[in-house]
Amino acid sequence: MTDATESTPALEVRGLGHSFGATRALDGVGLTLAPGEFKVLLGLNGAGKTTLFSLITRLYDAGEGEIRVHGRRLADDPTRALKRMGVVFQQPTLDLDLTVRQNLAYHAALHGMARADAAARMEAELTRLGMAERRHQRVRDLNGGHRRRVEIARALLHGPRLLLLDEPTVGLDAPTRADIVDHVHALAADDGIAVLWATHLMDEARQTDGVLVLHQGRKRAEGRLGEVLAAAGATTLAAAFSRLTQEPGA
Amino acid sequence: MNGVHAMRCLMGILAREALRFVHQRERFIAALVRPLLWLLIVGAGFRTAFGGTVVAPYETPVPYEVYVAPGLIAMIQLFNGMQSSLSMVYDREMGSMRTLLVSPLPRWYLLTCKLMAGTLVSLIQVYAFLIVARLAGVELPLAGFLLILPALIVNGLMLGAFGMLLSSVIRQLENFAGIMNFVIFPVFFLSPALYPLASLRDSSEILHTLSALNPFTYAVDLVRFALYGQLDLPAAAVTLAALAAFLALAVYAYDPARGMMGRRNVGEP
Repeated sequence: MTDATESTPALEVRGLGHSFGATRALDGVGLTLAPGEFKVLLGLNGAGKTTLFSLITRLYDAGEGEIRVHGRRLADDPTRALKRMGVVFQQPTLDLDLTVRQNLAYHAALHGMARADAAARMEAELTRLGMAERRHQRVRDLNGGHRRRVEIARALLHGPRLLLLDEPTVGLDAPTRADIVDHVHALAADDGIAVLWATHLMDEARQTDGVLVLHQGRKRAEGRLGEVLAAAGATTLAAAFSRLTQEPGA
Repeated sequence: MNGVHAMRCLMGILAREALRFVHQRERFIAALVRPLLWLLIVGAGFRTAFGGTVVAPYETPVPYEVYVAPGLIAMIQLFNGMQSSLSMVYDREMGSMRTLLVSPLPRWYLLTCKLMAGTLVSLIQVYAFLIVARLAGVELPLAGFLLILPALIVNGLMLGAFGMLLSSVIRQLENFAGIMNFVIFPVFFLSPALYPLASLRDSSEILHTLSALNPFTYAVDLVRFALYGQLDLPAAAVTLAALAAFLALAVYAYDPARGMMGRRNVGEP
């Protein structure tokens, strides 16, 4: 067990595998995410992105391989690891009958935050995401983009150093999508939060981002965007992705 | 586990459940109307047929409404446990269960907090029922309102844990109607909630044996005796043992390494 230093990766995954019955969902996947790094986890639906997230957040136990969060094995101390993690799931997870503030207060309580601290953090995050004026609105009355913003504000409430977002822009219109992508990039750059961003939308990756291509449960490529393009001999990420995920003989 | 964190988490879960309860007024009304229908309408119909039967803890014949009231209190808690189970299946299908399960506290503790929250809601329903029953002229001892509190807490936790265990095996919300028919109604009817078990024995020895194996039988007795300031030790022991068993099985079922969370079809592509 090691103590985290500036050079300790925020997230290390080694040889991770998982099966659902006879179906192999993940097979020997590894990745490293440095503090402040924005990594795009690229894969089609069913590639294993959500399974990977479920293992990192310990919704499932990782039977094969190892996950370390800030240097500590997740299996040894899941509570400590989850404290440092913020998660936005693909499926919306807000309580529709509660207001924005009540949803955030619930999350703050689950993370053991003191009421005054939670109130201050709520205001800061809602303001940062342009949602402060909607704090007393019921989530049911918000549109999809606003709900996503609330989920991101909630994931940031307890000051995580590692942010996991699983298809956070699905179903959103283009301007809202761009807005959220910009915002989370700023979080990584300004606050040094490590971000793992799962998506099947190629245009969400930027030149400076790390990219990991996942296909049928296996890692097909990992590196900076330019490195992945060079390795695939392609000029666009869409072309590179197509080549990297092509089946032999296809 | 940090004690302050654990307490804040518990308060947060209690507050959320209370808020949801306030927002779902129909749930409260339904929870109240169901036992009141039994008490005031079915009770009036059965009054004559029931007359003259004396069973412990009663020392003299009591009106049917007085006999059935503790059974209806237990029924409120049984249905509340199932309602909690339904809401857990819904939360799992809708995804909000993940918010709870990825919280930085042991899973057994999070599930226990959820149970406590469900029990709190059932207490509100029971006391509302008791007040209405009393106003309707059912002669229930006022001191018993306070004396049943420990029994209500134990029963609420036991039936909540039973519901939680059921929620771990129900794969889809649509299957819940089947649970009502094949679990809740048999559990309710095979108990002394509506009639003394002696009546059941007179009709069928098998049904009587099944009712003796039914933990809900003991939950009803626990409340019935507590309402008159008596502790039914065997009933308390069985109810506590059932609580421990159901909770252990539910925690096992929700374990990330073993139970339902390790299977597919929990919202995963």
